[in-house]
Amino acid sequence: MIRAENLTRKFGDFTAVDCVSFEVGAGEIFAFLGPNGAGKTTTIKMLTTLLAVTSGKLEIDGLDPARHQNEVRRRFGIVFQDPSLDQELTAWENMDLHGALYHVPRKVRRERSEALLTLFGLWDRKDSPVKEFSGGMRRRLEISRGLLHTPKILFLDEPTLGLDPQSRNQLWSHVKDLNQKEGVTVFLTTHYMDEADRAASRIAIIDHGKIVALGTSKELKAQTGKENLEDAFLALTGTALRDENMSASERMRNVARMWRR
Amino acid sequence: MSAIYILWLRELRRYTRSKVQIIASLGQPVMYLVALGFGMGAVFQQAGRGSYLQFMAPGVIAMTVLFSATFSGIALLWDRQFGFLKETLVAPVPRVFIMLGRTCGAATVALIQGCLVAVVCVIAGFRPVSLALLPEALAFLALIALVFAGVGTTVGSSLKDMQGFQMVMNFLVMPLFFLSGALYPLDNLPRAFAAVTRVDPLSYGVDGLRSALITQSHFGSALDATVLGVLAVIFIFLGAWRFSKIEV
Repeated sequence: MIRAENLTRKFGDFTAVDCVSFEVGAGEIFAFLGPNGAGKTTTIKMLTTLLAVTSGKLEIDGLDPARHQNEVRRRFGIVFQDPSLDQELTAWENMDLHGALYHVPRKVRRERSEALLTLFGLWDRKDSPVKEFSGGMRRRLEISRGLLHTPKILFLDEPTLGLDPQSRNQLWSHVKDLNQKEGVTVFLTTHYMDEADRAASRIAIIDHGKIVALGTSKELKAQTGKENLEDAFLALTGTALRDENMSASERMRNVARMWRR
Repeated sequence: MSAIYILWLRELRRYTRSKVQIIASLGQPVMYLVALGFGMGAVFQQAGRGSYLQFMAPGVIAMTVLFSATFSGIALLWDRQFGFLKETLVAPVPRVFIMLGRTCGAATVALIQGCLVAVVCVIAGFRPVSLALLPEALAFLALIALVFAGVGTTVGSSLKDMQGFQMVMNFLVMPLFFLSGALYPLDNLPRAFAAVTRVDPLSYGVDGLRSALITQSHFGSALDATVLGVLAVIFIFLGAWRFSKIEV
């Protein structure tokens, strides 16, 4: 379903993703783990046509994202790591806008929006503007929105960041359901090792833009001789803390935050 | 098609919900109208050019549309900041449609804003010469809105953060306004200066509007409409091209 061959992305002199190769089969749940700034989000951005590839080959469902952008975009849904809602619009309007952009017929759009908003406990607040929502509620809305159309591939970039255990549980059981019943391929990144351990059939660990290990959770533990995935992860990536360069939009977000106070 | 519509609708919803902003954005045109309209009126009258309020009102309306359309286009930067831009960029819709939806929305908002200021002008004492020419005035307003919404989208797609915004304001929007003949007649100007006013797109917008509202024209309304029409097409193409190159 997803195939990457020597995938590379450079920003000036800095190589964010360095000759990464992996393959994700149809119907698989694949986890991409790595410390901050390891290249997870950059990889997802390349897979989802948001960034151009510097070199290497990429295939989504047999299509090249650079040449068949729209066909590729039709095949996936994504929950971004950072916010991507329109805060001035209501929850319902955000859902509706997404449905229209993804050509979901109006009737289906309404039914599914209602089901998803109810599932994630937002139905009562569907007519409130998103700017009045708490962090957790926004996150839940992003997830509901990402699931509105039924994609072949679902990208989840740290979807559980800032969620309470209840919502996390809800999310993962829903994702597993989609995976089993509708055969949706899932590509996820997370910092919670237990989630990856439970949800993913295979795990790739990326550090400094390179894949340092790839296999099932069991294989990774065996490879490092550790009891659990967290220890295996630390054994593979070391214990040093990482710096992450802020992108232009993150800098802007910080400035905006300052001004609002 | 539904993508263009839903993004257009989004711009309108955002506009109608920010009531404070609507009122605040009427402040500047009113200030020009009062301070200059009444302040310069006597001098203008003595020079034998009639009522200055009559003369400048079309200029102030055009100014409103210029500001509103350009800023709505640049609002792209805010969407980049709040992340919503990503949501539209990964959607299975050609980026041209996304850009068209946004730009048409921006132009519509600017048009409404222009009409509001027109009402304010009428309250201040401005009187259009002929009601039959009002549709023509509206058409000119729409053309100005489209041209500058296109300019705004082009600039907004090319900037990465808000730091460039002040530059755009000082070196693009304000000169466009001051060199357009919105505040003074374009005849008998020094030759070099006249040449500059002739390359300012807004000059044709103000002139077209003036020909429809007070039947005074420097270039002739046919030329005004042609120049604006061609520029609208050019800037929308340019904006679509820049928009298609955005990476986040």
